[in-house]
Amino acid sequence: MNFVALKMLIGDRAKYIGIIVGITFASLLITQQLAIFTGIMTRTFGAITDLGQPDVWVMDPKVQFIDDVKPLQDTELYRVRGVEGVDWAVPLYKGLLKARLSNGNFQTCNVFGLDDATLIGGPPEMVEGRVEDLRRADSVIVDEYAAVGKLAGPPREPGGKPEPLRVGATIELNDHRAIVVGICRVQRTFQSQPVVYTTYSRATTFAPRERKLLSFVLVGAKAGVEPEELCARIQAATGLAAQTREGFKWTTAMYFLKYTGIPINFGIAVLLGFLVGTAIAGQTFYNFTLDNLKQFGALKAMGAGNATLLRMILLQALLVGMIGYGLGVGVAATFGILSRNSELAFRLPWQILAVTATAVTVICMLSALISIRKVITLEPAIVFKG
Amino acid sequence: MIQHTETAVVCRGVKKVYGEGASSVQALRGVDLEVRSGELLMLVGPSGCGKTTLISVIAGILDPTGGECIVFGENLAAMPQSRRTAFRGKSIGFVFQAYNLLPALSAAENVAVPLLILGQRRAQALQRAQAALEKVGMGDRSHSRPSQLSGGQQQRVAIARALVHDPRLVVCDEPTSALDADTGQRVMSLLREVAIAPGRALVIVTHDSRTFHFADRIARMDDGHIESITDNAAEPASARHAP
Ligand SMILES: Nc1ncnc2c1ncn2[C@@H]1O[C@H](COP(=O)(O)OP(=O)(O)OP(=O)(O)O)[C@@H](O)[C@H]1O
Ligand SMILES: [Mg+2]
Repeated sequence: MNFVALKMLIGDRAKYIGIIVGITFASLLITQQLAIFTGIMTRTFGAITDLGQPDVWVMDPKVQFIDDVKPLQDTELYRVRGVEGVDWAVPLYKGLLKARLSNGNFQTCNVFGLDDATLIGGPPEMVEGRVEDLRRADSVIVDEYAAVGKLAGPPREPGGKPEPLRVGATIELNDHRAIVVGICRVQRTFQSQPVVYTTYSRATTFAPRERKLLSFVLVGAKAGVEPEELCARIQAATGLAAQTREGFKWTTAMYFLKYTGIPINFGIAVLLGFLVGTAIAGQTFYNFTLDNLKQFGALKAMGAGNATLLRMILLQALLVGMIGYGLGVGVAATFGILSRNSELAFRLPWQILAVTATAVTVICMLSALISIRKVITLEPAIVFKG
Repeated sequence: MIQHTETAVVCRGVKKVYGEGASSVQALRGVDLEVRSGELLMLVGPSGCGKTTLISVIAGILDPTGGECIVFGENLAAMPQSRRTAFRGKSIGFVFQAYNLLPALSAAENVAVPLLILGQRRAQALQRAQAALEKVGMGDRSHSRPSQLSGGQQQRVAIARALVHDPRLVVCDEPTSALDADTGQRVMSLLREVAIAPGRALVIVTHDSRTFHFADRIARMDDGHIESITDNAAEPASARHAP
């Protein structure tokens, strides 16, 4: 009877398409919103992802996320270095500094000051120049998006494209001259400010005079030492907070989840997709069943049991569910691919596909359920009614 | 001549009340009726007298509120739901006034449905369906959809569907009333020709007095009762088969 069920459904072209549209809509909206949500959440800890080398981040206990810098005494670096199991520990300056552009405008930049000796914490990928070039006087490295975007100069001729910032150009950081020696590629971050790398000592001269300038201490664990274990030891020895790289990413993401409206907004969009999809698909599926009630009654009279009819309806639901899911996810993925080079945050890990699949399954089950109820309680005697 | 000895259906004091209280309707008020194997019994009577209700009870798709109906020795009303459904699938063929063919299926696929319900494989079911279609003169239209067929042709397909699994009882509710008179005559004649078989009983509800002569016996109903039963075999054959 399976092919009878499928033919019945496909034969009713308008409803068949209607149900699929409902499910496609739901699966598209859910996938797309979750992917953007995940993309944004990934951006919140983009800076931590970019810093691949340290196993452990040491910071003030009150720090809530990566951009929430609460400077430490310079001497804390030496205390961390003294902790058992620490292979190396280097300072990191992270701060927002104003850059003055050649057109006179100001642009806030996310400045990283790397340990002068090791340059640990540098950009994950260079597009032009080398990280070692930071050892030259007044040098900085800027990220490629900023170079063609927020830090780009005015167009050469009116109406033209902005003039990208190139290696060798000069910018002004907090009234200090800086020379661009390299262009790097970084993860886009939440605020999408230009990222500027320089050395720790130079960063502290760029930064406004303050008593404390050490933002984080980056730590490498000795071979065989578990990062979690090391965190506990550093915390015990120094009274500072220490988190593994993954842990700090999580802390950062959780902060944004908790203190911003982001999850609620996306949650609402996802829920809306789910509800509207259920409404369209469920309603149309139910109408389809009602339209075919006489046929189901005839099948029942001719000896099709409830189990058979149940299987038929579930199969019908499965078919539209799979097609709708495939279309929705497919369109969402295409959207993701097309927006790859834009500012849009879009990330589609398999977990999202699983969530969407679950949602679509629930939609189909709900849709099928009311139809199944109707068919199970159907009196076969209706077939003889004119 | 077919022997009318064995009894297919025995109804004793069958009552059916629809609804409850003041608005209840007494559709059957104690029907006694026997249908013999191998015969074509017509159930006739005025509108609302309970014909549809009676064949619904006989076919096991409606429970009587009183009395009993024994079909091939089985009391359908006493059977559990699932067994009764299975019994219908195996032993009863249905022909409906509105044909009730599945519009999305071809003629052959429609005819195959009872076999599919019985769990036969699709290829084999379609093969038998084709043979059944040929019997009703629709062998060349097996790929047509119901919407591409005339009413008479659709009813032929429905007859093939009612017979394809070789049921012992065939029930038809007004099989010709949606058709014009000539087509109705031809469909009824076809039913007589292909559906009658040894060991099979045929119960046809009809309004159309011009088809009465196709019956072996005619049960006349009125107001929930069987009024009278006439045996056509008692009449001369020439009178029976003249249109
Ligand atoms: N489901 C139902 N609920 C309530 N009353 C019903 C129902 N079905 C039939 N009846 C009533 O029972 C009586 C017998 O109905 P039934 O359909 O058996 O008559 P019928 O002889 O087949 O009539 P017709 O020739 O018009 O088809 C009628 O009065 C009808 O109104
Ligand atoms: Mg009737």
